[in-house]
Amino acid sequence: MSCECGKTCAPEAPAENACNAEDKAKCGCGPALAPEHITGDNFTATRNACKLCAPLGASLAFRGIEGCLPFLHGSQGCATYIRRYMISHFREPMDIASSNFGEESVVFGGRQNLFDGLSHVIDGYKPAVIGIATTCLAETIGDDVHMYVKEYLEENSARKDLPRLLHVSTPSYAGSHADGYHWAVRAIVEQLAVDGPNEKFIGLFPGMLSPADLRHLREILTAFGMRFSIVPDYADTMDGPVWGDYHKIPEGGTPVDEISKIGRASAVIELGATIKDQQSAAKLVDERFSTAAFRIGLPIGIRQSDEFFNVLEQITGQPTPRNLEAERERLVDAYVDGHKYTAGKTCVIFGEEDYVVGLTVFCSEIGMKPVLCASGGQSGKLKKAILDAAPEIDPETPILEAVDFAEIEVAVKELKPDVLIGNSKGFTLSRKTEIPLIRVGFPIHDRMSGPRTLHVGYRGAQQLYDKIVDKLLEIKQDSSDVGYTYF
Amino acid sequence: MPDEKINLLEKRKRQVHEGGEFAMEAEKQSLAGSVSQRSCSFCGSRVVLYPIADALHMVHGPIGCASYTWDIRGSLSSGPELHRLSFSTDMQEKDVIYGGEKKLYNALIELIDEYKPKAAFIYTTCIIGVIGDDVQAIAKKVQAEKGIPVIAVDSEGFKGSKKEGYKAACDALFNIVGTDESNTPIPKSINILGDFNIAGEIWVIKDYYERMGVEVVCSISGDGRVDEIRKAGRAQLNIVQCSGSVSNLAKMLEHEYGTPMLRASYFGIEDMSKALYDVADFFDDPEMHKAAQRVIKEEVTKLVPQLAPFRKDLQGKKAAVYTGGAFKVFSLVRSLKTIGMDVVIAGSQTGSVEDYKLLAELCDPGTIILDDTNPLELAKFVKEKDVDLFIGGVKERPIAYKLGVGFCDHNHERKEALAGFIGMYNFAKEVHMSVMSPVWQFAPRRANNRK
Repeated sequence: MSCECGKTCAPEAPAENACNAEDKAKCGCGPALAPEHITGDNFTATRNACKLCAPLGASLAFRGIEGCLPFLHGSQGCATYIRRYMISHFREPMDIASSNFGEESVVFGGRQNLFDGLSHVIDGYKPAVIGIATTCLAETIGDDVHMYVKEYLEENSARKDLPRLLHVSTPSYAGSHADGYHWAVRAIVEQLAVDGPNEKFIGLFPGMLSPADLRHLREILTAFGMRFSIVPDYADTMDGPVWGDYHKIPEGGTPVDEISKIGRASAVIELGATIKDQQSAAKLVDERFSTAAFRIGLPIGIRQSDEFFNVLEQITGQPTPRNLEAERERLVDAYVDGHKYTAGKTCVIFGEEDYVVGLTVFCSEIGMKPVLCASGGQSGKLKKAILDAAPEIDPETPILEAVDFAEIEVAVKELKPDVLIGNSKGFTLSRKTEIPLIRVGFPIHDRMSGPRTLHVGYRGAQQLYDKIVDKLLEIKQDSSDVGYTYF
Repeated sequence: MPDEKINLLEKRKRQVHEGGEFAMEAEKQSLAGSVSQRSCSFCGSRVVLYPIADALHMVHGPIGCASYTWDIRGSLSSGPELHRLSFSTDMQEKDVIYGGEKKLYNALIELIDEYKPKAAFIYTTCIIGVIGDDVQAIAKKVQAEKGIPVIAVDSEGFKGSKKEGYKAACDALFNIVGTDESNTPIPKSINILGDFNIAGEIWVIKDYYERMGVEVVCSISGDGRVDEIRKAGRAQLNIVQCSGSVSNLAKMLEHEYGTPMLRASYFGIEDMSKALYDVADFFDDPEMHKAAQRVIKEEVTKLVPQLAPFRKDLQGKKAAVYTGGAFKVFSLVRSLKTIGMDVVIAGSQTGSVEDYKLLAELCDPGTIILDDTNPLELAKFVKEKDVDLFIGGVKERPIAYKLGVGFCDHNHERKEALAGFIGMYNFAKEVHMSVMSPVWQFAPRRANNRK
């Protein structure tokens, strides 16, 4: 591919014709920044983190189980901060209980607090499930929650209203909120799934998607005509109606019974290209129940959605239903109609690693140039996942894990991309650099559309596509002296 | 469907007053598993110090505490905005095992070199004491090397609720006071304590005082600056807003410099006027008193006719109020009366028994008084009392909205000033906007559902 600097920037180009880093910086045809340049100042501190702590992800996962109340074992603030953070995105009640550590819990352990807390939650909420996640404090003092839970159940065996108690270890010094989500999903499956005769249904581990995404996935699976079980599914608990009476725990979520059968599925699908083996629920199901497991990336854009639909066809033996094929056809039509508006437009993409992979591959297939892909996560898999799914991407493109927004800012100032694509925490950067931000993923704290943002499937790609192309056209129109009224 | 009837937990009953004889308890550690709306010590310290705009705010711990407090409050600055950045040592597993002192030290040195702050606050989070980091020693070392105050804030979350965090923040602030070159008292001067300049409120208040001929030496901590805080001991009077957050500092200033303190609230016509008159009375200056009268007359003459149309629509409507500190609740009860509304539920996260007793006396009999409540209790009483409006913060908002009730954010998310006379207008306007919205007709509670 030739570019404005007069050279060729495809990876396979002869060396003498290829753009060098300096050229690329000038023409914007490709990435120019070496990773060292971005993180070169090498600040010890994390400045404006591009990640959150693990218990947040676990709390969200627990909200996808029917009748489940998340419970954080640690100080009160952890639960409160996470509630506030999630409420600002989902605009829904987000009750999270806390064992409310005091100084004595730190000295003597948090067993008593956990016991009191569980009893009060059972009295107050009558939950079917309590999802316990540990905070960094509980982990650091070495509380053995696994044992405590066992003891609690023994001690309270006379209680008729004992819920299922699930627990996951989520030390925030060992992973981000995305890890916390995956750890929790794996723990949910590990603690609930039991063997039994095979049944004809699909198990889906969807990843940290929006309620709109989860609803669309249900629609797709329904269209394929096979029963399915999505674990976890917080579409209804995190995006519900106005009520007449207060609901202690919002309706929705996947029932425990259903989750317990997940190992008997015809096959399970896990979405997320950077999920490590040791945190993969699909791998666990595969190992424990020999259930066929398909582990693929988030189905964002045509190629990655195709992969998802291919898997569904393979599992169900059914062709993709006509209406969904038609969505794909219309999407291709849109790609064609708008291809010149996206051609060569540069973008910086940031957020959770799985989203970054999905969005990068998508942007690349519509002719945009991702010039930096960045995440605060640290799976060790980000770069490979992107290059595997989008081989056309220049391998020199900085694809960076464990970066923060201050580092992304350094790069953005150099790269001057046309747009930023990521969560609303990129706004600070967008405002400073005057580069528009297209809001996707989590969190979106400064717009209403967060829970209703659709990313997955052909329909999700269509919506993302329109959002991005409209923004690019808006930029072109607004910066034009003429004020064109047709594009 | 699970059992949806909401009963009070046995151990919560003494923190709820439903009328009858007053026998409330308060200032207790939150009940585990009660889903308290409270936060932790770290939050308290962060709230108080956060608005100091030319200081470096360094959160020492794993990433969550820094992420969740990045640019969290609308505390405005007229100059630098260093407070709007988030810094964390982002402790990893190996740091937890081997200690984070070196990481903290390096992080501070680099950030001070880069951002040139006037001071640095190091907030300790839950695990720091447990792993044995000597943060005081690092603070001392960095202070010596860099020549700016570097202060460890003892804010481990488990040490208590926000109140304990306030105290830690006051201790930190007190370290800075008195480090000014001069110690000459400044005549007719005050410090404004306990206002965080949300939506620029401190500028509104400052303007009133300046129009009275009073000099504001420093504001702690809204639009705060390190060099101004150094001078805090030179003011003649400390005006303390809010029940808890900066009271401890005022007490320390009184003890050390003999500066008296006055409590004030800037919400509502009565309280705002009182805050101005009290200062004039303190200085015992007839000119100043006249000036205060002028300011109030000017503002109120403008305001009262503006409120009339709101009052007409809102007359007799019912409100629930739940805030962090209790002092604000009093002002809100009065402000709501001004626009014709009755408070039927009132409470706070951190009030004292004395506060609640006064509140019960101020409110109509039968008003529910709540200490350290939770979503279920709030929902129960909102429904039972059939309120039209809820005043609270982000965590209370979905409770109101889910039940089809109007809401006014009187916490850090507000974007319009609610303090001062202009604030009373903004408040009435926002309340009216929410309560009178046509959208409630579609909420199940008003039962105008599609047939």
